[in-house]
Amino acid sequence: MKKLILLLLTGFSTLYAQLPDGKQILDKIDQNLSSENRVFSSSMIIHGRRTTHTIRLKTWTAGENKSFTEYLFPVREQGTKMLKLEEQLWIYSPSTDRIIQITGHMLRQSVMGSDLSYEDLMEDKKLTDQYIAKVTGSEIVDGHNCWIIQLTAFVPEIAYQEQKLWVDQERNIPLREEMFAKSGTLLKKTELSDVQRINGRWYPKKIVFKDMLKEGSGTEFLIEEIEFNVPIADYIFSKASLKK
Amino acid sequence: MLAFKLALRNLLGAGLRTWLNVIILSFSFIIIIWLKGLLEGWDRQAKNDMIKWEIGGGQFWQASYDPFDPFTLLDSHSTIPDVLSDSVTNGTLVPVLISQGTIYPNGRMQSVLFKGISPEQKVLALPTLKLKSDGTYIPAIIGSSMAESTQLKEGDYVTARWRDKNGTFDAAEIRIACIYQTNVPSVDVGQVWLPIDNVREMMLLPGEATILVANKEGWKTEKSDKWIFKDQKTLLIDIENIIKAKSFVGILIWAILLMMAMLAVFDTQVLSIFRRQKEIGTYVALGMTRGQVVQLFTIEGAMHSVLATLVAAAYGIPLLTFQAIRGISIPVESKDFGIAMAAKLYPVYSLTLITGTVIVVLIVTTIVSYWPSRKIGRLSPTEALRGRIQ
Repeated sequence: MKKLILLLLTGFSTLYAQLPDGKQILDKIDQNLSSENRVFSSSMIIHGRRTTHTIRLKTWTAGENKSFTEYLFPVREQGTKMLKLEEQLWIYSPSTDRIIQITGHMLRQSVMGSDLSYEDLMEDKKLTDQYIAKVTGSEIVDGHNCWIIQLTAFVPEIAYQEQKLWVDQERNIPLREEMFAKSGTLLKKTELSDVQRINGRWYPKKIVFKDMLKEGSGTEFLIEEIEFNVPIADYIFSKASLKK
Repeated sequence: MLAFKLALRNLLGAGLRTWLNVIILSFSFIIIIWLKGLLEGWDRQAKNDMIKWEIGGGQFWQASYDPFDPFTLLDSHSTIPDVLSDSVTNGTLVPVLISQGTIYPNGRMQSVLFKGISPEQKVLALPTLKLKSDGTYIPAIIGSSMAESTQLKEGDYVTARWRDKNGTFDAAEIRIACIYQTNVPSVDVGQVWLPIDNVREMMLLPGEATILVANKEGWKTEKSDKWIFKDQKTLLIDIENIIKAKSFVGILIWAILLMMAMLAVFDTQVLSIFRRQKEIGTYVALGMTRGQVVQLFTIEGAMHSVLATLVAAAYGIPLLTFQAIRGISIPVESKDFGIAMAAKLYPVYSLTLITGTVIVVLIVTTIVSYWPSRKIGRLSPTEALRGRIQ
């Protein structure tokens, strides 16, 4: 009996020892996904219950709290601009020539019926600053060996208490993410693909977001062009640039 | 007295011309009384319903709360001050905690307000007793408009998603325990009522509330600067303003109708003076002063409104009484206006309204009759007697 217990304990500890440290993986993910600043053009394809529509955007972000986005397509939205500074968001609509401010709960509303909120679209917080990671196993996703990582938030003010990531063991990029409510209900799922080497880092150029409580096929987010750590003029992140 | 007798005889003698004027004038009577009565009925019904379903005897609002500004909701909550806590315990003040969230009826996403209220409350007409449960599920009550827009039925479960005070997502299934009928859209459209304990737990706000609804009038803002008392008058100001605006439109319609009727009376008077010059001359020749003749013609004109009152009473009393008893059906779409309006409105005709209308019409008709009659004062009696047009 003692031998059996010893064998089991040894087996478990060996298995556990084979799993890497979650924090190290998160660091590597942050190195790939986060940057001091970036400029990118993207398309958002929103699959609704009956219709599909596409929005094209150009975004400038600096750090975690500054972001500026301009709508390029469709024509009726062309010229709409969004500026996010800290917890405040301003939206400029050329049709009304007015700037409206969005704060609090409104930031959590869906952007044009998509599966992304304004927060999702314009935030770029490092995972290591928010979550404790624990590697719980491995699985193959789209032909890539992935670590399964359980994330638990250690900061109180966070959208998702728990997340589960499937992280590519070679490229250190999550290929699948699941976000959970405090009750454990699965709220959102993202699939990341078309991972490419850009400026020495791996980056997914296609992300599919799916609100699991809502019907529809989700929202595709396609990065068309992206540049990391390029100089961005300060005036971009000012309210004056909304009307320019 | 002679003037009255003569005026009545002349008036009746004019036949169809008089009766046409009288009928037009009687329409004005009926329409103004009906319109005013309808607005008065709506005013009473809307205020009664709002007091019964939403505002009670007034409300304490958390200082940051502004129902017209959703941005304020995140910060519009605090613990109930000691000075009011006894009233909350004995049920004279009912705490309501309001937060924003989302429900997913049939896979569709819909933003809602979650309103937490005590199931045992007796201040508002909401069927909150249905919010009692054995703890195995979260019960919810919704209004019929909300049920219609979400296609939810009693007994249905729907996923609710919200963020707690830290902004962390949470979700749970809630069960529709009851669908209630109300004429007050502000306790129905886009709202889900839940037990307050559940909402406090969901939002991580134990013991907190957004508003406190009083059971009767007479409260005032206490020293606590976090809670401000809004009395019934303040809370009913919007519906009062809407009804005032509607009353203005009513007055405008009435003024147009009255103007048309007065135009007819004025024309009749001008025509009478023009055609009855010999008669005017005869009156003067028989010893009447010019003033007396003017008085006679003025009384004659003003008597149109007296006859109109009688005619209006003849067909108006049964018609308006019937409507006051049976009510007037309002199309279902009127719910979408977002104001308290019953499916059927019952007009209220007060004595002040009826006598007021009669007096106003009588005075206006007298003025309109006197206006052309002044010309008589300038007539030469001899020329008038000859029937020469002056």
